[in-house]
Parts: sequence; C-alpha cells; structure tokens
Amino acid sequence: MSDMKLIFELSKPGRKAYSLPDCDVPVQETAALIPGEYLRERDAKLPEVSEVDAVRHFVGLSRRNHGVDSGFYPLGSCTMKYNPKINEDMARLPGFARVHPYQQSETTQGCLELLYRLDSMLSEITGMERISLQPAAGAHGEMAGLMIIKAYHEHRGEVKRKKIIVPDTAHGTNPASAAVVGFEVLQVKSDQRGNVDLDSLKAVMSDEIAGLMLTNPSTLGLFEENICEIARIVHKAGGLLYYDGANANAILGICRPGDMGFDVVHLNLHKTFSTPHGGGGPGSGPVGVKKELVPFLPRPVVEFDGSKYYLDNERPLSIGRIKSFYGNFGVAVRAYAYILTMGAEGLRRVSETAVLNANHIMNRLKEQFLLPYDRVCMHEFVLSAQKQKEKGVAALDIAKRLLDFGYHPPTIYFPMIVREAMMIEPTETESRETLDEFIEAMLQIAKEAREDPEKVRGAPYTTPISRLDEAKAARSPVLTCSGLV
Amino acid sequence: MSRYIPNIDENQRDMLEGLGLSSIDALFGDIPENVRLHRALNLPGPLSELELGKHMGGLASTNVNTDEYACFLGAGAYDHFIPAVVNHMLLRQEFYTAYTPYQPEISQGTLQAVFEYQTMICELTGMAASNASMYDGATALSEAAVAAFQATGRKEVLAAGTVHPESREVLKTHARFTGKRIIELSFDSGKTDMEELESKISRDTAAVIVQSPNFFGIIEDLHRIAEIAHKNKALLIVSADPVSLALLKSPGELGADIVVGEGQSLGNSISFGGPYLGFFATSNELMRKMPGRIVGETTDREGRRGFVLTLQTREQHIRREKATSNICSNQALNALAATIYMTIMGRQGLKEAASLCLQKAHYAFDQLVGTGKFQPLFSGPFFKEFTVRSTVPVEALNKKLLEKKIIGGYDLEKAYPKLLGGWLLAVTEKRTRDEIDALVQAVREVEA
Repeated sequence: MSDMKLIFELSKPGRKAYSLPDCDVPVQETAALIPGEYLRERDAKLPEVSEVDAVRHFVGLSRRNHGVDSGFYPLGSCTMKYNPKINEDMARLPGFARVHPYQQSETTQGCLELLYRLDSMLSEITGMERISLQPAAGAHGEMAGLMIIKAYHEHRGEVKRKKIIVPDTAHGTNPASAAVVGFEVLQVKSDQRGNVDLDSLKAVMSDEIAGLMLTNPSTLGLFEENICEIARIVHKAGGLLYYDGANANAILGICRPGDMGFDVVHLNLHKTFSTPHGGGGPGSGPVGVKKELVPFLPRPVVEFDGSKYYLDNERPLSIGRIKSFYGNFGVAVRAYAYILTMGAEGLRRVSETAVLNANHIMNRLKEQFLLPYDRVCMHEFVLSAQKQKEKGVAALDIAKRLLDFGYHPPTIYFPMIVREAMMIEPTETESRETLDEFIEAMLQIAKEAREDPEKVRGAPYTTPISRLDEAKAARSPVLTCSGLV
Repeated sequence: MSRYIPNIDENQRDMLEGLGLSSIDALFGDIPENVRLHRALNLPGPLSELELGKHMGGLASTNVNTDEYACFLGAGAYDHFIPAVVNHMLLRQEFYTAYTPYQPEISQGTLQAVFEYQTMICELTGMAASNASMYDGATALSEAAVAAFQATGRKEVLAAGTVHPESREVLKTHARFTGKRIIELSFDSGKTDMEELESKISRDTAAVIVQSPNFFGIIEDLHRIAEIAHKNKALLIVSADPVSLALLKSPGELGADIVVGEGQSLGNSISFGGPYLGFFATSNELMRKMPGRIVGETTDREGRRGFVLTLQTREQHIRREKATSNICSNQALNALAATIYMTIMGRQGLKEAASLCLQKAHYAFDQLVGTGKFQPLFSGPFFKEFTVRSTVPVEALNKKLLEKKIIGGYDLEKAYPKLLGGWLLAVTEKRTRDEIDALVQAVREVEA
C-alpha cells in the first residue's frame, strides 16, 4: 500500500464537495451586520476537494483500520464484542436522532421513557436502586460515583473521609478519577491468588476511609473470592464500596454488585451492552447507587409521575450537573435495543459463553505461555510472555506478530503487577472455530519465539506501515499538518 | 439461541469437556454462594429483530423530530445541515467497531483522521495544538479550567454569566469537589461587563472564561477581555461556536490561551443531547497541559509517515493519580463526523453555511421586531442566534408554534429568572424564508 495522503494534500482551490441552497432572504453586507474588527481577514484553510475525493479518502482511511467486523479483537478489559447492526438503525430513527434536547417534554416522551426504562433495566442487572445515564464514559462514571461518595460523607458530617483505596490491579482511571475528585489514593496489594490481600486492606482501614474501588472480576480476570469479607471490612470502617463495571460482561444474570455489597456502580455500555467503541468513543458510563445514595445522583434525573415522564432538576443533595443535556442518549438507545433483544436468559448466556470462551483459550495456551494465576478465569485472563522474554521476545513483539495473522492483539503490559502481561478477552460473540484459530496462531508465535525470535521481533510484516517511532513523536510533537495553503 | 452468540449447546458441551468440567456452573465456583443470583433477571424481551423494530419505532414516533418540524431552538445544540456522505462514512465498520488506536499499525485510519481533525480545529480556532476531542463542550470547558489551575497554580476562575448555563453548572460541580472557586460575572446588555471583570480579576485568577458568540448569541469583545486577563497573568479560555469561526476572527488571533467548544454543529445529529464532542485547543506553551488523547506524526522503520497516540506521559494509564486528567477516551466517532463534515463543506462551504445562518438570523430578527410585539432584549452584534423580549409568555408562543409544526425558541427565564419574556432563537442555514415567515405569522396571532 502506498503512502496515504492527508486530506489537505488532496486540496485544490475551487473544488467543492458541498451544495447549499441560495440565500432566500434579502442579503445584507456582512460588515453591516458584524463590525469588521470581529471578522476574519483570511479563511480557515479547510480542504477543498470534490465529493468523490472526500469519499475515496475516508474509505481509504477506513481500510487502514481493524474493527470487530474485520476480525477477532481479544483486547482485554475492553469487551470488543460484536456491535449489532439493527441498533445502529434504531439510533438513527428520526424520532431519536433528530430530537432537540430542549424541546418541551410533551414532545420528547419517547426519549424520556427510553431513558427511564433503561435505568430500570440496568438497576435490575446490577442490583442498584437507580441508575443515572449522564456519564459519557467509564472514567466519567467513576468521577460521578466518587463525587457521590464524597457528597454522602460530607452530608453526614464526616468530612475527614478523604481517602480512597484502590487495589494494585486497578485500571489507571481509578486512582486518576479519585485524584480528580480530591481524594487521596491508597493502594493495596494483591495476594498470591490474585485477590485483594486482606491483611493489607485491614492495615489501611481507618475513619478517614471514604471507600474502596474494586473491579470484580478483577483485571486479572479473576473473581474476588473474598468479596463478602471485603465488603464487611470496608462497611464496618464506615466506607462505601465502588464497583468498576469494566468487567461486568462476566456476571450478567449470575451475580449482582448490589448483592455483593457494592454501594455505587458504573457500567460501560460500550463494553457490556454492545454499543460500538467508535475508535475511542462515544461511550457511556452510567452510574448506579443504592437507595440511601439516590439523592446524590447527578442532575437531572428522569422521573415518571404515572402518566408522563419528566426531567427532575429539583434535587438539593445532588452532586450537580456533570455533562450538558442528558448523557450520550444515542448510545443509550443502542444499549436499550440490545437488552430487549437479549432478554434475561440471553444476557445470562452472554456471560456464560464469554467465560467459557476465555477458559477454553487459557487452557490451551497455558503450557506455552506462563499463566501467573492458574485458576478458573472469568471472561478474560492474563498470560505472561516471561518465557518468551528469555529468548528476547517481549509481549509487545508477540502483539505485533499477531497483526500478521489478522488479529487485533490482546491488551499488553497491563495489569502492572504481571510482568510482560497479555490480557486476553475473547467475548461471547466469537465461535469456537475462531477461538481455535487464534490459539493456533499463538502457539505458532510461541514456536517462532523459540526457534526464530528475530522473526517475531521484526513483526509486523503485512500491515500498511511497520512499527512507529513513538519516542520521536513525543520528543518533538507534530500535532497538526503544517504548511497549509 | 441468540444470533449474536455463535456457539451452540454442542460447542458448549465439547468445550466444557475439554476443560474437564461437567457444567457451566463449575466455571463460576469462585463466586460465593450467598451472592449468586438464584433467579432470572426481571427484564423484558427477548424480542426478535422485527419486534424490536416495531417497539423502537413506536417509541421514536411519540417524539417530535426536526425532519417534520422546523427547528428554531438552539441554546447549545443546533439543527445544521449534515451532508449524506457523513453518515455513509461513519457506517464504515472499520471506523465504528474499532477501539482506541493502541496498535497504530492497524489503526492508521482513526489516527490519521484525528490528525486531520486536530489540524482543522487549530485552523478554525487559531491555536497551535488540539487534542483528539472530549465528551462535550461543557466538560471540555471544565477541563480547560483544570488546565488553567495547573498552569498558573491559582485557585479561582472568573466565568462570564453569558457562558452556557449548563457549562457553568458543570464547572461548579468540578469546583465544588476540588476546592476551587468559580466567580460568575454579570452582564451588561447581553455582553460581559468589562468594568466588573476589571474589578474582580486579581492575582488569584487562574483564568477568565467567556463564550463567544455567547449564550445570547452575541459576539464578545475577546480582544479587550484578553488584555484584561493577560495584564493579570491570568489565562483566557474561550468557548466558541465552530461554525461561526468560518466568518469570525479566531479566538487565537484575539489572544485566547485555550479554546474549547461544542462540536455538535460539525456534522453531528442533535440526538436528544448526545453523543456530541467537545473540542479543546491550546497555545504551544500549554500543549502539555492538555487532557485526553493527542495524535502526533512520526515515521515507521522504513521512514514512512505514520501517526500515533502521543504525549501519553500526561495520562492516567501511566501517571495514575498524578495524571492531568482521568479521561482515557475521546469522542472519536463524533470527531470523525466533524472531520468528514469539515472536509465536505471545506473552505468555501463552511463560510457559505455560516453566511446563510447570519443572513437568515438577521432576517428573522428584523421580521419579529417588525411585528411590534417583540423588542430587542440586547443590542450587541450576533451570529446565528438572537434574543427578543416577548410581551406574551414564551410558553404560549412555543405552544402555538408547535401546532404549526414549528419548534420555538428557548425560554430564557428558565436559566435567567430576571429575563422574563426573554426568547432565544437560533436560525441555521436549514431554515427557509417560508419557515421564518410562518414563525412570525404564528406568533403575531398569539394574544397576551
């Protein structure tokens, strides 16, 4: 494949890809409407191309991307499941896509009903009292959830509760979100089975603890076996339990965070509930709470008075508004459609299959790759490339070599407590045949690492470009195309 | 069986056997018995594709939509024209089913599109650097305040009262939990009150935050505000309407240090408030204070040009609690929509669309005021949105308009109790003279 031009490099003055109607009102001089000092003296140099040029350009770009529909995408902790096509169509219905957020509520009853019903469904799935669909992403849900925890303690006069406990396996967003909300972060280590080390947990407990953030199953793909004891310890100290729902795809209909003792939950609709990741967004990170925390939810909350749906802004204890309008509504439409399509039994089958698929791969790979925690895993598991590293082949090299087999590689170098980590999450939407082909590719790479490590280190060979110089990009950042004309 | 789950019972049996397990339940043995759900979830469904389509269509049809109604409502979300190409390109699965471009060798599509997006945003805003986009305009503004706190070490911002009310609310939520102070400025004839700004700004001010065109549609005197801010070594944060920037002098040229805004107008449907995108651009000096994802240019082993996520040492996955922000995603697909939109409209088209907005908004304003039933609420120059004072309750106007298949303007009293009878109307390039005349005719008939 030849070098891909930038759209600006295709630009030719005078070409156009748009058509607009003629102005049908009397035209006045621009300068008569806006003082000259406010007007641009030179045009913004946007590209000038024909419609065909534009379409070929973006199709060309798309061909340089790997999506779930291109092939297997076992990116751990990201739940890259299939994104149902019908849901795309539903979100594009004019009655959803072309409704203004400030229309009078009697003209938006369908939108409000959808949000209200999705709240109920997600509350049932998580064992929470209410769910707010305001947060735009998982990290945004974390931030909102932590604000709720802080507001709750402050409301009770417990202002000294300023510390949040985070396990060493947590996503980076957990400590980052806690810091953003003004908490001090305490890290606790994991034990040899990958659970939270109970002695370490007990040792940090005090009346300054606001809460504990936990991903369960953890980022090691393991269910926290001591969850009941952890909940008891944290609650006894007056803290609250926060559930990071990044890995909720393992537990649908099997167990619920609310029943495990969690007080606050966030979900990722773009992971568990099949909405597309969009190349990095938009997502949606609903935040749910137990009954005593409902007053603290972000404003507004969708309510139903028995005959009509409405937005409730009169919530004096609310943490306040965290986003404009009502969250990523278009994402909520897709998740709602997904849950209705699956039903209760279907969702349970999702988790059962996701877990079985992960165990199937893990079991077949654990001889050739080090498996640091040899337990039944949940929907994902973490391998280590330490054996291969002895031959000079790192997790990164294995990831790059997988590209040549047509796969998106696993998440690598995370969680940080596993050296040369490779986190593999197949999801339920992959067939056994796909799993077996992936296993064969991994075994082939393990063989190459033993016999021809240089080959793995040189990968990838089949992609449009080879490994990029990331250090150079960071050292002297070039963030825009220069020399536009 | 679900059509989204390929493995059938037979596969399941074989796979369990391979694991030496007798049942699916054996996979969940680590879950304590007392927290397991011993019942089915109480959920509706499952629905077939046909049933789902009917149900969703039914829900959607109870809403009034802008295909069937002429929309004069703006206030932060705008009914602009979206060329057909945008949706067709967004539906390329390679774009929408991919994730964050962690593996650049197979993500050059997303990465290059973001690089082009960053370039276009810098062109419009007049800034040196842009990130890959944020959740929306309101959160981008809050993140800009955070960047200003970090850059100056100061703990207070002055926010113009003419900034979108919801953006100010989001800002206040942030400030409340981080111990920062937001001081709101009042306005004078719909614009930031310069005297008040000069009296309130101090050596504690991290930034002055203004929106232009502001919530009332009026263009603020950014040059003057920048002078006042910079004299006090405070930053100027401007929230801008990207479409207006095709005509208006860029905030960068006028002295802004950070420019943010709601990018929905750039090819994204209004979709009941989201998903949208917030853009975020800074001067060269503040580049490393930017939150979120950033794409940079580099080369591969053969010296070919390529793009990667860069400046990642700012970010949570490396810095954890010391990161500049907790944000680990962008609104990639919305930013892609914006990139395609800006490409299709291009240098001339965006300017032409902006001019149509300008002309039609002024026509509508003149016609409304011409009825004698409405007075101008403020006097400053405006772009596509304007305010009038109505002698009739705004609610009554909007109700009447709805009967005529017109979505009326925003009732300013909701956010500004003192602006009784204040009506904020947006007129985009989509509105025709007939629609504007119909609006004027309909409200003329409403009795006090």
